[in-house]
Amino acid sequence: MTNKSLVSITDYSKEKILSILDKAAAFEANPNQKILDGKVIATLFFEPSTRTRLSFETAVNRLGGRVIGFSDAATSSSSKGETLKDTIIMVSNYADLIVMRHPIEGAARYASEVSRVPIINARDGANQHPTQTMLDLYSIKKTQGTLENLSITMVGDLKYGRTVHSLLMAMSHFNPTFNFIAPNELKMPDEYKMFCKSKGIKFTELNELNEEAISDTDILYMTRVQKERFTDLFEYEKVKNVYTLKNKLLENTKENLRILHPLPRVTEIDADVDDNPKAYYFTQAKNGVFARQAVICDLLGLV
Amino acid sequence: MEKELKVAALKNGTVIDHIPSEILFKVISILKLENVPNQVTFGYNLESQKLGRKAIIKVADRYFEQEEVNKIALLAPNAKINIIKDYVLVEKKTLVLPDEIIDTVKCMNPKCITNNEPMQTKFKTENKESGLFKCHYCERIINSEELVLK
Repeated sequence: MTNKSLVSITDYSKEKILSILDKAAAFEANPNQKILDGKVIATLFFEPSTRTRLSFETAVNRLGGRVIGFSDAATSSSSKGETLKDTIIMVSNYADLIVMRHPIEGAARYASEVSRVPIINARDGANQHPTQTMLDLYSIKKTQGTLENLSITMVGDLKYGRTVHSLLMAMSHFNPTFNFIAPNELKMPDEYKMFCKSKGIKFTELNELNEEAISDTDILYMTRVQKERFTDLFEYEKVKNVYTLKNKLLENTKENLRILHPLPRVTEIDADVDDNPKAYYFTQAKNGVFARQAVICDLLGLV
Repeated sequence: MEKELKVAALKNGTVIDHIPSEILFKVISILKLENVPNQVTFGYNLESQKLGRKAIIKVADRYFEQEEVNKIALLAPNAKINIIKDYVLVEKKTLVLPDEIIDTVKCMNPKCITNNEPMQTKFKTENKESGLFKCHYCERIINSEELVLK
């Protein structure tokens, strides 16, 4: 069975991305509408996630839709051994669209093949989380006025960080210059660097986050360096503070620079940065509601 | 001539030649020859100038679709398909790596949905020259040496 779904950011062309971002801007201007009146949206969270689920449910509620679903697989019939296929077919009998998070990679792609209604992947394990990328893109476009020709610095865990990989793929349509700052253990994987080379995208790689490294940057995308990624905890102790962003580092950066972070943030952005006008991560999370409203209504053919 | 006679001559059917010996049984499995009613003969550890030791399979009264034999290209890209009619070699086919590989190969990722749900696997050929394959579901990329048959 085929229908329109959003499983991976690469499902979207450049034109589609831009069109969704325009729709997101329209929802931001007018977030409370009755456009989903009479629609039922299922949020199936086979793995708990407060942030993403609340963002999706807010997006639906503000548009007058109803939400059904579960926020923990223990309360769903998958705990009784039901296959994902059966769960999805059942729920697609009830709902007009399904938002799902699942710990198993590829679960959303498979669901999109068996479902009668559109699926939005709200993350499948370590694989994809395309609405995060859409809200990142929306935040970039809103703060910079364009997505074209920007200098983007990515900091932290660039090896396992799914958000930076998806953002890299999506930004590849817009002639970016990338600057990757990570410890050797967490460097950007070769396949993404090869991808940049094949697309003629310029990038530099550094080990240290310092003033000089970010002097030309438009978007500073911070990610968390997770302790559990290190086999040698001594290495972790060495690097954990090297990637902490402090106000002092931002003094000589460009006026238009904005700091993004997929959140949750731990120690990688000092609390003193929060009041800096260049800090954008909380507004970025808020933008997620508008980006998700745009994706949902687009899949339902309502905008 | 002597080489040909090591495996019985075929009147009508398909000869799959130049299979590396060590993967003969995998090729039999890919083509599902365990379950065919046709007469199947195979030779194993035959001398080969190219491969050192090669295997050969002869399937009587059966002609394969190109798509079917292309599956062998995953394991034995240099295997040759000979079509025999009335003891005469009428056509030689070469293998083409398929764009999509359905339910033949297992995904290496234990967290992939295909290893957690009763369903078919599906790989897309990402790069034919370097033999890279991408799982359609978990999107992991594997190389031809990592391929494990389902």
